[in-house]
Amino acid sequence: MSAPVAERATPADAAGPPLLSLQGISKNFGAVAALTDIDLDVRAGEVVAIVGDNGAGKSTLVKVLAGVHPATQGRVLVDGEEVTLGSPVAAQRLGIATVFQDLALCENLDVTANLFLGHEIRPFALDDVAMEVRSWELLKELSARLPQLTLPVASLSGGQRQTVAIARSLLGDPRVIVLDEPTAALGVAQTAEVLNLVERLRERGLGVVMISHNMEDVRAVADRVAVLRLGRNNGEFDAQAASSEEIVAAITGASDNVVSRRSARRSAAAGDATGTPGATGAADAAPTLEKKEEEH
Amino acid sequence: MAQDTVVPPESTPRALDREDERLAAPPQTLMDGVRASLARARGGDLGVIPVVAGIVVIWTVFQVLNPVFLSSTNLVNLAFDMVPVGMIALGIVWVLLVGQIDLSVGSVSGVSAALMATVLVLDEQPLVLALGASILLGVVVGWAYGQIFNRAGVPSFVISLAGLLAFLGVQLWILRGQNAINLEYDSALVSFAQLWFVPAPLAYVLAVLAAGGLLAVSASRARRRHAAGLSAPSMRYLVTRSVLLLVVLAFVVSYLGRTRGLPWMFVFFVGVVLVMHYVLTRTAFGRSVYAVGGNAEAARRAGINVRRVYTTAFVMCSTLAAVGGVLAASRLAAANQSTGTADVNLNAIAAAVIGGVSLFGGRGTAFAALLGIVVIQSISSGLTLLNLDSSYRFMVTGVVLLLAVALDSVARRSRMASGRA
Ligand SMILES: Nc1ncnc2c1ncn2[C@@H]1O[C@H](COP(=O)(O)OP(=O)(O)OP(=O)(O)O)[C@@H](O)[C@H]1O
Ligand SMILES: [Mg+2]
Repeated sequence: MSAPVAERATPADAAGPPLLSLQGISKNFGAVAALTDIDLDVRAGEVVAIVGDNGAGKSTLVKVLAGVHPATQGRVLVDGEEVTLGSPVAAQRLGIATVFQDLALCENLDVTANLFLGHEIRPFALDDVAMEVRSWELLKELSARLPQLTLPVASLSGGQRQTVAIARSLLGDPRVIVLDEPTAALGVAQTAEVLNLVERLRERGLGVVMISHNMEDVRAVADRVAVLRLGRNNGEFDAQAASSEEIVAAITGASDNVVSRRSARRSAAAGDATGTPGATGAADAAPTLEKKEEEH
Repeated sequence: MAQDTVVPPESTPRALDREDERLAAPPQTLMDGVRASLARARGGDLGVIPVVAGIVVIWTVFQVLNPVFLSSTNLVNLAFDMVPVGMIALGIVWVLLVGQIDLSVGSVSGVSAALMATVLVLDEQPLVLALGASILLGVVVGWAYGQIFNRAGVPSFVISLAGLLAFLGVQLWILRGQNAINLEYDSALVSFAQLWFVPAPLAYVLAVLAAGGLLAVSASRARRRHAAGLSAPSMRYLVTRSVLLLVVLAFVVSYLGRTRGLPWMFVFFVGVVLVMHYVLTRTAFGRSVYAVGGNAEAARRAGINVRRVYTTAFVMCSTLAAVGGVLAASRLAAANQSTGTADVNLNAIAAAVIGGVSLFGGRGTAFAALLGIVVIQSISSGLTLLNLDSSYRFMVTGVVLLLAVALDSVARRSRMASGRA
């Protein structure tokens, strides 16, 4: 993969409170409990991957972080101070930028308009020139290949749109970036670009939350892997130490199968599994999985 | 808003936005500009091409059928007659841009006319008060629509259909059983809508100001783009364009000047269109209107107050409808039971759509109202000159509206095919 483990900048752990901390977050849509009692910490310079099956609640968690769907219950702390993520604006003010799974771009507007949507540069009238120049700078930083910024976003390829959505999230100098399946539907080269970008963001000291179904991508860039299952924490793993099988077992909840028992035995022997049974309510957490205490 | 850009001379490094080698050579002259917009049209980005083509066809046909059609006298009448419904169509542009509809604009304009006439004539209050009451009515109606839409989530189609009927009732109630309230012939309103013309010298000055203003604005923009290292239209292109505009405007002024001249009411309408165009294209709020029409959820996630945008669009629509109603009453020198009824509603919506505002939201400009109402009013005037009654007018307008909507849908499909949906 792209970078050997040893060369990784280690997350700034143990130094002060985490950049972003979710405690006991629950989110109900009517009778559906999409999230129950979720805990998650993100530190500066750390990439946390969130994995889980379809419908596990990953995108819902992203929307809670983005202020799109305020949580029903629970606390959110930024730099150790409790905050409310009541609206997209509130989340942006706190330095949490989000790239949504559906990208959330306005197809009828051009690239520049999309990048600056909601925070246009203007004394009074819009300053197109300043916005276009800034857009080119930003896209160049991301080594994006966009021929023109004056075409509607609808005419861009999927990867280009993804880049626009990511560039958009970088505009406000955020501290935490949340990426919901940033590599879904991307080609090999574009996927590598996005993974490079994630690594660059970490080097810049941002906290990154990345959601992905692709175990390879996760293991390539993530420091930690948090598993969601049916809206609950279902274990947290060291991305390098844990085996894919362990993570997959936690994702599917198929704890009592040959694969999981084998991997559990092996990781127990190696003594490097750092996963924990996240929330106490994770009834279907793999009982045979060898799990250690989270804080080390 | 020409996108026809020209690279700086070869000696300078490539402009920031012209570095990609995949870009086709940018247009150099006016002809290249025309060719570029034809290419865009094939991609489904029709712009003003269909409506301008439509105007040419309609004017040619009617001129052949009756040579009076393009006479100065008739065109002056046309310039007067198009303003009330044109004003209403301008309001429709706002709601269509956010992807909604208002079917009650006709009734609201009727109520507004009746209210104005009642306050002015029956209650003998000053003109300012009468106008203020009408405009306030428009604002309140639009605000109420916005609240119902935002809070109860009732589709705008249904809200305004209910409004269509309810305000028709209000109109009849305000008129208190009278068929009509006549405005005094020498009142300011009636003079504005029938008698006031821009003096010829001033009209030419306005034409020069318009062309000069366009040149000044576009040249300063080009300079700033150039200074920032972006490609900019060449000075030659900008000057040609402004001179062309000056020639057209001067011709219009001189042709209308052969008889009565350029109506102030028409100048007022064009002024309002220009202001709306500025608000929609050059301000952050205008941008958020397009964003909500394109993808309301994306706009919300970008931190835009989507509810406020919807409410503003409904308020703009009802208010412009109220203004249109006042102008209609002024033009007729009376507010009656049928002001704003019959085809006013559909003509206003048709004008906006024919002018190129998409029914699917997020596409179109304020100029659509101007261009679209020229089409609608031309048809109406041409058929009247041919002594054909409203039965034909309804049928022809219906067909033209269907054509415009079909064109919009086809264009949308070809935008999807060429990836510009
Ligand atoms: N707006 C909503 N209203 C009602 N239920 C919702 C809403 N959004 C999500 N849900 C429900 O919440 C659960 C979690 O959905 P979510 O989109 O978070 O899944 P996900 O983990 O992102 O899945 P995927 O991998 O398919 O993207 C699902 O059962 C879904 O039906
Ligand atoms: Mg999802």
